[in-house]
Amino acid sequence: MTATTHRAVGTPLARLEGPKKVTGAAKYAAEYPQDDLAYAWIVQSPVARGRLDAVVVDPTDEAIVVLWHGNAPRLRDADDPELAVLQSAAISYRGQPVALVVADTPEGARRAAQTVRLEITAEEHDTVLRTDHPELYTPETVNPGFPSETAAGDVDRAWAAAPVRIDVEYATPALHNNPMEPHATIARWDGDELTLWDSNQHPSGVAATVSQVFGMRPDQTRVITEHVGGGFGSKGTARPNAVLAAMGARVTGRPVKLALPRQQMFTVVGHRTPTRQRIRLAATSDGALTAIDHQAFSQSSRLFEFAEQTAVATRHMYAAPNRRTGHRLLRLDMPTPRWMRAPGEAPGMFALECAMDELAAELGIDPIELRVRNEPEVEPETGTPFTSRHYVDCLRQGAERFGWSGRDPRPRQRREGDWWIGTGVAGATYPAMAQPSTARVRAFDDGGFEVAIGAADLGTGARTILTQIAADALGVPVERITIRIGDSSLPKASVAGGSSGSASWGWAVTGACRALRESGEREAVFDTTELIQKQEKEGRHAFGAHFAEVRVDAVTGEVRVSRLFGMYAAGRILNPRTARSQFLGGMIMGMGMALHEEGVLDPAMGEWVNHDLAEYHIPAHADVENIDAAWLDEQDDQLNPMGSKGVGEIGIVGSPAAIVNAVWHATGVRVRDLPVRLDKLLPHL
Amino acid sequence: MKTFTYRSATGFADGLEPGAVFLAGGTNLVDLMKLGVAAPDVLVDVNRLVADEISELPGGGLRIGAGVRNSDLAADPRVRTRYPVLSQALLAGASGQLRNMATTGGNLLQRTRCRYFMDATKPCNKHAPGTGCPARDGDHRNLAILGGSDACIATHPSDMAVALVALDAVVNTSGPAGERRIPAEELHRLPGDAPERDTVLEHGELITSVDLPAVEVTNSAYRKARDRASYAFAVGSVAAALTVAGGTVGDVRLAWGAVAPKPWRARIAEERLRGAPATRESFLAAADAELAGARALRDNAYKIALMRNLTASVLERLAAAGGTR
Repeated sequence: MTATTHRAVGTPLARLEGPKKVTGAAKYAAEYPQDDLAYAWIVQSPVARGRLDAVVVDPTDEAIVVLWHGNAPRLRDADDPELAVLQSAAISYRGQPVALVVADTPEGARRAAQTVRLEITAEEHDTVLRTDHPELYTPETVNPGFPSETAAGDVDRAWAAAPVRIDVEYATPALHNNPMEPHATIARWDGDELTLWDSNQHPSGVAATVSQVFGMRPDQTRVITEHVGGGFGSKGTARPNAVLAAMGARVTGRPVKLALPRQQMFTVVGHRTPTRQRIRLAATSDGALTAIDHQAFSQSSRLFEFAEQTAVATRHMYAAPNRRTGHRLLRLDMPTPRWMRAPGEAPGMFALECAMDELAAELGIDPIELRVRNEPEVEPETGTPFTSRHYVDCLRQGAERFGWSGRDPRPRQRREGDWWIGTGVAGATYPAMAQPSTARVRAFDDGGFEVAIGAADLGTGARTILTQIAADALGVPVERITIRIGDSSLPKASVAGGSSGSASWGWAVTGACRALRESGEREAVFDTTELIQKQEKEGRHAFGAHFAEVRVDAVTGEVRVSRLFGMYAAGRILNPRTARSQFLGGMIMGMGMALHEEGVLDPAMGEWVNHDLAEYHIPAHADVENIDAAWLDEQDDQLNPMGSKGVGEIGIVGSPAAIVNAVWHATGVRVRDLPVRLDKLLPHL
Repeated sequence: MKTFTYRSATGFADGLEPGAVFLAGGTNLVDLMKLGVAAPDVLVDVNRLVADEISELPGGGLRIGAGVRNSDLAADPRVRTRYPVLSQALLAGASGQLRNMATTGGNLLQRTRCRYFMDATKPCNKHAPGTGCPARDGDHRNLAILGGSDACIATHPSDMAVALVALDAVVNTSGPAGERRIPAEELHRLPGDAPERDTVLEHGELITSVDLPAVEVTNSAYRKARDRASYAFAVGSVAAALTVAGGTVGDVRLAWGAVAPKPWRARIAEERLRGAPATRESFLAAADAELAGARALRDNAYKIALMRNLTASVLERLAAAGGTR
């Protein structure tokens, strides 16, 4: 083994698979040729509630088989009832898969899915989230296991006594994950062994779940996920496409491909719940918070309880002696929500950080200064010290770089031609997590090493970073490392989610490499489960601050983001190139949340009616004008061997609030229901 | 997608068998076929039949072949200098890739993007006559405030067509009944109780070219408001041309997009403006006169204020730019 003093971690190594991707050589799930391949298409329910009585197939269609609950194979229960596809007559939401067509061609499958006749008994449906709905309830816990409600001190008393108070309600719409690569699966059975080429964030997890559904041992399903075109949470677990493809292949005896069209992405794979939130902030006249009360309302399906942790970030963000957070949930005839980039934090921090801006204006205190004055020394609710917290540094240094000083705090003061111009700030936070994983390393005679872990690279740079981590742990140049990921037959890795991939897998890779060096053997395997179970879970967060400059057209109300800047303290940055891409991508998605994205519900239809990317807007290139991210060199030795925190999600936390606060500063108009579109501003300009 | 046959068109007078449709750039039709909203039996490809050239007309004016691609039309130096409103409208539409495919004839004949029309599983009087219009009580934020009916409040999505209507362009067609010259303003029809018919064209009648008038409309502009900076349909747009002499409005042309089932020529406003002082007050009053006929629903009333503001803003700029031809 040749020692090297050069360290790979921290260098901007380009994505290893970049050339393959730009030349089209990188294979995505739907791109693996199969002999005798058949194609599947999902038939979706046209009603939001009811019963499917029969399915009548047009005999002129080319379907090999049309599966529905009347003829589909029985499945075992999974933890996720959305995976119990074609098992019951009950229809739980419009867009639910109720039948599967398998045909010789994709066009034939699609046509048969359009002409198949569903005999349905429709029932009255209820699809609207309301804060006065009689069926609202408090879930026992919110994801991934936090108490629904917390309280400290006496909020009501502090509220009554406070000289300055803010009591505001915010609304965020349903948001839809739309990775560039829609969900897709090719399923092939060889006897009792199932191979899935599937686009997901967790090959090991998908293999285990699909095996369970089909009543098999976990190792009887192999999931291959070499390249993934984004997931944003929607591919965190097996989705119905994986089960349906396997079912179609089982019944026809042929390999089956099921690639979702964009329109089906809006109902079949999950979405971010809409929220209604009420925030009450009480403060002394010099801006010390005396009470924080954050109550969040969200929805789930009839199928199961998915309770998003909307108000959880509020529990550790600011100091205040009296505090309360709570969550109420409503079950509707709608699809089950799922994770979407920074689930909980993104909508919750939109509300909290807008409310802080409103309080700053009420107090006549600079919004950065207000945040600094309420910086806690330890986690306010648990009393746990932070392993590292450099929020104030992010605010201060970010302000310096953005050019905050000298800002006129009054709204509607700056006008250039038809444009009202304003600036805004908001804080960001995201948990620093690690989850148990196992890695294996092998040494070869030629001096090379193979590092293997069943992780998934969603386009984030995971493959590249793990190579850098392994190179340093082995003390060799990155060229000597061959990395193998994206296959459930490799050592078991945790999900590429919760901004925990690099920490979780990097830890296992580091452990395996160190074990190899220490043992002198040719192969080493390292499992982090015990180490992580022993770790303290509280007090571990990344922080950041977002700054926005917007201009609002006085003629039309159109909003443009002239500048967007993020300043982060997210532990050690493993690869500045890929980390920057993560930060910027999160901020752009935050821009979409602030200004563009909305699942538009038609209550009579019981469905979001804008289900393609022409009508569900995300930022176009022209919307992204000047965007930048920077970070502090944060040392934190308590987290994992790399000292890293996740960077995948924090960019979408707070950036929407920074933009909305800037819109207020530009125009004097507070828009409290997202997205901020011209029709909400125009009447007030 | 329904199985269909495909052939190349051979002559203008061929006509079309029932169940057949013309195919040009395909940027809208193919989408609708995939979605099951359009299910033709036969596609008749006219790409080799219709002209893809822009030529000078005797006596002035330009003839735009129906097959001219949107990007080529927008970039043509004659169009840019003599009819800037048309070039601006084209460049405000769609994306570079789509403009490279979309043709002049096809752009005019694109269908509404009303979200109910675009979904074959939902009722819609346009794609399934008699099934009703869920947009009235449902999602209509970007639907019509002018010219709609109980049966349909769709908006026409084209930017280019709004400019053509403002320019008094003429649409030349050819079909089994012979050739016709149709003013661009009269090509699209209001829905009334037959919203399934977007235009006055008969089955088998093909747009062959579009004529721009001899009069050059250099002091003209297109302005489009939209929900993001690019690649979005208008929520309101204005195509305008203006001449001013001695502080008084001479010639004025005004057409609005995204407010009606057809590109909306604002004739009432124009009439109010001719001979009126070229001031913001006049422009606002003219817009108000046109908008007096607006019928807003729950979520699209903002378009009234938007069109008022846009119209005054565009005309003010044209007046400031000199107001001469």
